[in-house]
Amino acid sequence: MAANSTKTMIIKNGYLFDPLNAIDGEVKDIFIREGKVVSSLSGPEAKDATVIDARGKTVMPGGVDAHSHVAGTKVNAGRLMRPEDHYKSVRKKTDITHSGSGYTVPSVYKQGYDYAAMGYTTVFEAAMPPLEARHTHEEMRATPILDMGAYMVFGNNWFVMRYLKDGDIEKAAAYVAWMMRTHKAYGIKCVNPAGVENWGWAKNVKGLDEPNIHFEVTSREIIRGLAEVNELLGLPMSLHLHANNLGHPGNWETARDSLMITSSLEPNSKTELEWAQTRESAKRKQTVYLAHAQFNSYGGSSWRDFCSGAPDLAKYINQTENVVIDSGSVPFGPATTMTGDGPAQHDLYMLTGQKWSNCDIEMECGSGVLSLMYLKSSPVHATMWAIGLEVLLLIDDPWKTIMTTDHPNGGLFSQYPQVIAWLMSRKARDDTAKECHKWAYDKSSLGGVDREMSLYDIAILTRANSARTIGMAHRKGHLGAGADGDVTIYDIDPGDLNVNDPSYIVSRFSRPDLTIKDGQIVARKGEIVYVPEGRRYYCQPHMDEDVEKDMMRDVRDWFKYYTVGFANYPVPDKYLKNPVPIPVNMPMEAVVRR
Amino acid sequence: MAEIKLVPRGKIGITVEAEVIRPDLIAGKTKEQIEELLVWQGPKELPLSQFFEVDIQGNGGSPEETKIIIDGDVSRVKRIGQGMNSGMIEILGPAGMYTGAEMTGGKILVRGDAGSWSGMELKGGLLQISGNAGDHVGSAYRGSWRGMTGGQIIIQGDARSQLGGGLAGGSITVEGNVENFCAIRQAGGLLIIKGNAVRGLGAEMSGGTVVILGEVKNFSPGFVHQGIEINPKIGEIELEGRFARFMGDYAVGKNPKGMLYSRMAQEVGE
Repeated sequence: MAANSTKTMIIKNGYLFDPLNAIDGEVKDIFIREGKVVSSLSGPEAKDATVIDARGKTVMPGGVDAHSHVAGTKVNAGRLMRPEDHYKSVRKKTDITHSGSGYTVPSVYKQGYDYAAMGYTTVFEAAMPPLEARHTHEEMRATPILDMGAYMVFGNNWFVMRYLKDGDIEKAAAYVAWMMRTHKAYGIKCVNPAGVENWGWAKNVKGLDEPNIHFEVTSREIIRGLAEVNELLGLPMSLHLHANNLGHPGNWETARDSLMITSSLEPNSKTELEWAQTRESAKRKQTVYLAHAQFNSYGGSSWRDFCSGAPDLAKYINQTENVVIDSGSVPFGPATTMTGDGPAQHDLYMLTGQKWSNCDIEMECGSGVLSLMYLKSSPVHATMWAIGLEVLLLIDDPWKTIMTTDHPNGGLFSQYPQVIAWLMSRKARDDTAKECHKWAYDKSSLGGVDREMSLYDIAILTRANSARTIGMAHRKGHLGAGADGDVTIYDIDPGDLNVNDPSYIVSRFSRPDLTIKDGQIVARKGEIVYVPEGRRYYCQPHMDEDVEKDMMRDVRDWFKYYTVGFANYPVPDKYLKNPVPIPVNMPMEAVVRR
Repeated sequence: MAEIKLVPRGKIGITVEAEVIRPDLIAGKTKEQIEELLVWQGPKELPLSQFFEVDIQGNGGSPEETKIIIDGDVSRVKRIGQGMNSGMIEILGPAGMYTGAEMTGGKILVRGDAGSWSGMELKGGLLQISGNAGDHVGSAYRGSWRGMTGGQIIIQGDARSQLGGGLAGGSITVEGNVENFCAIRQAGGLLIIKGNAVRGLGAEMSGGTVVILGEVKNFSPGFVHQGIEINPKIGEIELEGRFARFMGDYAVGKNPKGMLYSRMAQEVGE
């Protein structure tokens, strides 16, 4: 099918779930003009519009994934080291789509189609090392349909560590601002701060207050410093933290202590954007966004007395207003773990003996990739499954949570519908627990959790809050006037929905009736019918020119340690299709001039 | 008992992928239906009749009673019998790559050479090759560490490298010689080599048994000599003669359970 050339559309009679506009299943028509949501259409416009009857169906804004690994060198390393992952998972080419392959780490084309077929229109890459920014943008450029952006890894960057050791937040901010402009990054990611640098000497850090080798800066100082930089610049998204001590029994305390570091900061977004209308505030409330909480919610002291630490972590998060987490749930089956946390990956390799690849990224960060199979029969994996659901179900306010699998670490994005079924249905959880090692319920509190999420909650966890948390709710995650015309229509009648039939939930969320992007149908019942090019979002933070000049002298001085020439370091504009720069922290006179 | 005869029509250029040639798929089909089965040649899907003359003798609907006879050279036809679970295929000539890959039951007899990856990840049934076999026979797919889990492969000629890679169950017997890294990452099952091997035999092995009657040119360094056994018994099978027994591969594991019996290496132990 060709594009509906008008990008103008009326979606009638559907049950709308739009949490940012406080709409909970009301029957409501949606109007889209030229790809944007509007409150009504004029007579002539309505005549030319594509009309979709969504009677008896569930309508939500297009899905927004705030944390997924879909582009860059580590993703490609995962593809390269796992031919067996591609052998049996193939996608035939059609007249409008490319062929593709890969189960846990699909090729870029397949990723784009699979996300869109599942009702997602926006996906953010969770870890872009600066030196690998070109590669990341190349893969994003090749990814069809989806709107994307990437968070840049700063937590073990030599310049950042040096400035933070000196207590020079301004210079650190100038450096971060310059790097984000240079590499076209959207947000600040911080992976095992101070620890990954130690990994260059085959070490890690223990605790938040251990100074690391050479730079003698602690995890606490880096988290605090980067969060301050984040709010000083006023980025749309808060600091995105992959906490220390990940994957180790007893690490929930590290996670809690890490989240406390930013509690005295105020969220401060200084972006020049047009905001679509929402009933609820579309601005982020958090100063830290914790990645894949499941991997950092472990109790016990060893793998022998391993248990869930999620109830304890959730208790803290329930008391605070400045934290959002994504879950990193574990839906079982094959996975490929990939992270900038080199030492954590090494630990996992020592534990499993699986295929493992490891990389040190010069003065910036590190990385590791490992193939893994999560088994219901494994006591640890069964407990991880429970924890990955506990972190979502035990935190009372859904606006503090986002549903992910940390694709492809805990599981795959294609398994989101399965995770939704567990969140919506106690029976689904009980059924799975019966197939699992008894640790699933014995070592967690999940067996005692009665909460069953509503479609409204699911809409918060899969679009509204993910968009708000990363600062994209000015146009994504809701359907207020001015928002992007991204809509997903599921073949679910909310009145008839029986949550005791988990397979129904899975099938309906796997293959929505329609995925609409910018007012055009891109997928129909899982089949891709139109392939537009997505946008690429990145931030252009402004910083005082004198501070920046000072900072650049340091950069040029240390650049001799890099293996690339300074001129080859930036990502040229041609690496981005449909770039959308977001001006941040513009000085007053620049705003007035505009 | 139905006998389906497939006679290749002359030489095949670009290799054909014919996983549809399976007794359990063909059973009960008419001549016309069989001719219409689609096979891939490069980017094109073509009917089987483009490459084979089809002839049916007798009838009998069940897959168990179905025998496919391929009369001619099908060395450029891949995936014959891939995934089959019952019935029998007899190939009167050389067969191509992936013959009998992933089969779970039934029998394939190749009266000639068989291509690389034949019997890949075999789960059951019998694959018998009267000629020589290529590389990776009875092994895991590239990147996977879990190969054949059941069934039996018999090679009456020689095999090349990585025979039985990742072997986890079932058995492979080679009458002739093998080359490099056979039984690599073996975790279970039995591999018997009656001829010689070049190097890397049993590398990264963690379980199962390898028996070699001939010489190993470069013996894997991670194996530890454990003693001499006379007429050792491996499960049901009794070996004849004096064998040196080794355990490995200590190069990758602290406590490997891979057993390697060598008849020629017995002097080492004395």
